[in-house]
Amino acid sequence: MALIELVDISKSFDGELVLDEFNLKIKENEFITLLGPSGCGKTTTLRILGGFETPDTGKVLFQGEDITNLAPNKRPLNTVFQKYALFPHMNIAENIAFGLKISGKSKEYINDKIKYALKLVNLSGFEKRSVDSLSGGQQQRIAIARAIVNEPRVLLLDEPLGALDLKLRQEMQYELIRLKNELGITFLYVTHDQEEALTMSDKVVVMNQGYIQQMGTPEEIYNEPENAFVADFIGDSNIIDGVMLEDRVVKICGSVFPCIDEGFGRNKPVDVVIRPEDIIIGKPGQGIMDGVVTSNVFIGVHYEMCIEAGGFEWLAQNTTSYPVGTRVSIGVTPENIQIMHKPQSEDEEAISLDD
Amino acid sequence: MMKKSGRARAAAVGKGLYLALILIFLYLPIFTLMVLSFNEGKTMSRWTGFSLRWYEEMFASRTIMDALGNTLTIAFWAATIATIVGLLACIGMNAMKDRSRLVLMGINNIPLLNADIVTGISIMMTFIVCGISLNYGTVLFSHITFCIPYVILSVMPKFKQLESHTYEAALDLGASPLYAFFKVVMPDIMPGVMSGFLLSFTMSVDDFVITHFTRGAGINTLSTLIYSQVKVGIRPTLYALSTVIFVLVLVILIVVNILSNRKEGEK
Ligand SMILES: Nc1ncnc2c1ncn2[C@@H]1O[C@H](COP(=O)(O)OP(=O)(O)OP(=O)(O)O)[C@@H](O)[C@H]1O
Ligand SMILES: [Mg+2]
Repeated sequence: MALIELVDISKSFDGELVLDEFNLKIKENEFITLLGPSGCGKTTTLRILGGFETPDTGKVLFQGEDITNLAPNKRPLNTVFQKYALFPHMNIAENIAFGLKISGKSKEYINDKIKYALKLVNLSGFEKRSVDSLSGGQQQRIAIARAIVNEPRVLLLDEPLGALDLKLRQEMQYELIRLKNELGITFLYVTHDQEEALTMSDKVVVMNQGYIQQMGTPEEIYNEPENAFVADFIGDSNIIDGVMLEDRVVKICGSVFPCIDEGFGRNKPVDVVIRPEDIIIGKPGQGIMDGVVTSNVFIGVHYEMCIEAGGFEWLAQNTTSYPVGTRVSIGVTPENIQIMHKPQSEDEEAISLDD
Repeated sequence: MMKKSGRARAAAVGKGLYLALILIFLYLPIFTLMVLSFNEGKTMSRWTGFSLRWYEEMFASRTIMDALGNTLTIAFWAATIATIVGLLACIGMNAMKDRSRLVLMGINNIPLLNADIVTGISIMMTFIVCGISLNYGTVLFSHITFCIPYVILSVMPKFKQLESHTYEAALDLGASPLYAFFKVVMPDIMPGVMSGFLLSFTMSVDDFVITHFTRGAGINTLSTLIYSQVKVGIRPTLYALSTVIFVLVLVILIVVNILSNRKEGEK
């Protein structure tokens, strides 16, 4: 059984629909990430779970029990707020101890926990500091510490690493995953950083405009995006109009590519996704179509090139550099071509998924 | 060179003179009154020697002491009750949508701009129409009424400045709404609450017009007592009394300033 379940949640603010029939199941000890552009309703989803917003329709279930109208302080979950929300007139230790004091823990236990949590977020010795004297990134880490010391069943994290630099962020990502495994806490994590989502999660939920676009493991999301939005949002992609001539054959930019997808019918217009690293660059005539390199940038590890071929600007990544102006051929192995239905209407752009 | 520094000195002297004049205008009358309150004789025109005679007479006088007692208890209870009611109003208004809150703030500001005499007469009329006889209670009630807007005016900005979502964070960590309010919200809005209380207290001590209309017979506060004695001729005891009131208000003001400065200093 799912630990937490959102059933048909809809929510609008001032007549503006923010969540539309939103469904989500979270299993015990799962790390789920909500990923989506700014304003797509991620924070709103967390606030409904935390009990700070009441959905217009739908239910929130915890272990099958309806908690839609349960007060926030009665819910077995803790939140790391997007805006930290530390208590400004308390020092760092008092901030972290807040939840523990309420649950009536002993002084020694609380002191141990404060030490442990500060060490975890790399801020040992900060007990007596005031909130104001901390940088944004430090405050964010204290917010994490304040939530995890309570060892809640579920931890809701709203872009908890947004204010940290890359190195610290990676360290904290690692610590959070370790925490999840050690304490058996279920994580619902919000981010708009696709890389973070892919590295940390068991399951990624890609959202746009209050709809779930796709739900799946990081591999599924990355390798088999179900629509153009997901493909575009997760990493750089070539998203091209194509026509499915028959099973396993797709026509792109006037050339015919073999692929492995079936069941789209004959002569059906489709969206085709090809990752830049999957494009094979060769000598003219060796690939499926020929083109000219129009730009070339070194981005660390490999070169990112644009190749004009068949009237489309292909984004390609390769460890070998081909100077601008070189005539090259491009090809793709059949399994690296991802075919998607074209959305018929706005509504169909949102794919509703059951589990 | 010389000329320039000369002109600068003249400017400095001018500024000093100007400031001194303003201060004299502001404080000379009060100073005169204070000095005269220590004058031995009854006359205003001649200094006949230092004495605490008028203070003794003041403290010995039943009427004056009753009036002082009334003034202080009314001010204290009016300020306390107005602070509680005003604070509750702010909590409610803070949770409202922007538009309703703006409308309510507008309504709140009207009594502040209203002339005291209009407020006083209308409150008196209301009491009379409702058949309530004027006494201590009606004065207290009117004072509470006119103090509430001041409390709201000084507390509401503090709610606006509240760190976003700290209240929700406290609930999230398991605090009951009441505990969260006292532990997390209250410390942040306390300076506003304190200044609302002290403002109410001074406004209440200060008030004459509204008290005059709502006090009925037999009840006097300091201001109404002084007024009634003006008619029969002022005795120097009233200078002593005015000095006491002035010092009282001064002390409160200093306390407020120190409190708010200390709060600033902590930040
Ligand atoms: N209390 C509110 N009143 C009115 N509109 C709101 C309120 N809260 C959220 N919204 C609107 O709902 C939409 C979704 O907001 P939400 O905060 O859930 O976005 P988000 O996905 O968390 O974005 P971000 O990545 O920028 O944090 C936005 O258009 C926002 O303006
Ligand atoms: Mg958000």
